Amino acid sequence: MHSDAFDRYHHGHSLIHHLDPRIKVVVTIAFIISNAFLPDGAWIAFALAWAFVLFANALSGLGIGFTFRRSFIALPFALAAITVLFSIPGEPVASFRFMMGDLTITDAGLLRFVSIVIRSWLSVQMAILLVAATEFPKIVHALNHLRIPTIITVIISFLYRYLFVLADEVLRLLRARQARSAAAAGKNPGGNVLWRARIAGHMAGQLFLRSYERSDRIYNAMLSRGYKGELMTIHPHHFHTSDLWIGALSILGLIIMQIVGRL
Amino acid sequence: MENLECEKDIVKVKDLHFSYPDAHVALRGVSFHLCAGDKVALVGPNGAGKSTLMLQLNGILQGRGEIEIGGMRLTRDNLPLIRAMVGLVFQNPDDQLFSPTVFEDVAFGPLHMGLPEEEVIARVASALEAVRMTSYRDRLSHHLSVGEKKRIAIATVLSMNPSILILDEPSAGLDPRARRTLINLLRDLPITMLISTHDMRMVQELFPRTIVMDNGQVVADGMTKEILDDEKLLNEHGLEKP
Repeated sequence: MHSDAFDRYHHGHSLIHHLDPRIKVVVTIAFIISNAFLPDGAWIAFALAWAFVLFANALSGLGIGFTFRRSFIALPFALAAITVLFSIPGEPVASFRFMMGDLTITDAGLLRFVSIVIRSWLSVQMAILLVAATEFPKIVHALNHLRIPTIITVIISFLYRYLFVLADEVLRLLRARQARSAAAAGKNPGGNVLWRARIAGHMAGQLFLRSYERSDRIYNAMLSRGYKGELMTIHPHHFHTSDLWIGALSILGLIIMQIVGRL
Repeated sequence: MENLECEKDIVKVKDLHFSYPDAHVALRGVSFHLCAGDKVALVGPNGAGKSTLMLQLNGILQGRGEIEIGGMRLTRDNLPLIRAMVGLVFQNPDDQLFSPTVFEDVAFGPLHMGLPEEEVIARVASALEAVRMTSYRDRLSHHLSVGEKKRIAIATVLSMNPSILILDEPSAGLDPRARRTLINLLRDLPITMLISTHDMRMVQELFPRTIVMDNGQVVADGMTKEILDDEKLLNEHGLEKP
């Protein structure tokens, strides 16, 4: 019984896979920031950014539509921006009654909303590509090298390591419940909602206790191997000049996008 | 039982008492010693205090009594030195392997001992070699089987070049082939060992000497053969002749 549900890495030997993880992380973050700074309605720049994503997809060998197919899971988050449809003053486009008030969609609001959705959708695609083409530990190493505080990178790597263990634990608990969720002949199985809620609550509590005890044991295992309060790691990465070139070209591309977006 | 004498004791434990914070008494005056090069089994029923005793030997838990490792009294000041000498492997490899990759886990100990990078890398290589897992260097821990995890867990302490290896139920939960691999591995490692286990067949095969614990005390300490022949003793302490 094994849960690999969170592992998004797709093994490969492409240019993107072999690119230094530091460059990948920096370019991804720069891309996301650049998107955030593009003005509303900079359609050509958005198109360029999308071309950038598609190009990176193609280089990764995962297929040109790889991130496109996976990007929709992030769309619901764009709903957080839905209020801009109504709240920005401009020419009314449409109007309807919702609960007890009139809501009017304005053209400026629509423009802003669509731009926000496009920005987040492009950014998510790049992040998906980063995770798909970089082994997770390497991303964490890259963050270390980029001077992200150790405490944060350590939390991320523990989270990653034990997410799987925890998911396996949940799976086992659920199976144990399922295995005993039987029905006696002629009886209505399942109990009432309250009773079922209580069982679920107990399971959550169990999970917490087990995790808590596990954290104790992990800490002991760390102490046994000389942990004194500061985590040390080594991860030799070798910078190739070609990596730097790719990084520089990408940043140049982002600058061009910014300029095009402001023309 | 006779007390096994030797020239150089690597572990000396004298009258060790320990209770957990919830007042549960786990150790009631444990005394024993290990000779350098000994391979000793620690057996006894669940709750006998075996795991508690093991956690005392590198100072994770600290009770009343005396512990000497390699001639050094265990005190708060020399804990780091003691922990480098005592390689403790926990029962559940998921607790032992806390780093994302195998390499990082095996490098954890030597890095925290303050060794230079080249030395750390060399030690990781030889520890993985010793457990025959060299090709697993860059694997992710959560993708390994239990047997593989157990071997990597042993490598994580071997890389610290310990003088004594302490394992908590290493063969539990392994299929016959993984168990066999582990037994061969333990046999070939030229290092002092104290191994807690319920696997009496492994005890018979691997360990010349056995310590029996029950209810927080050492109830027998002697040659494995004699202990396994003493059916009354085995029955009294919930053990079985293999």
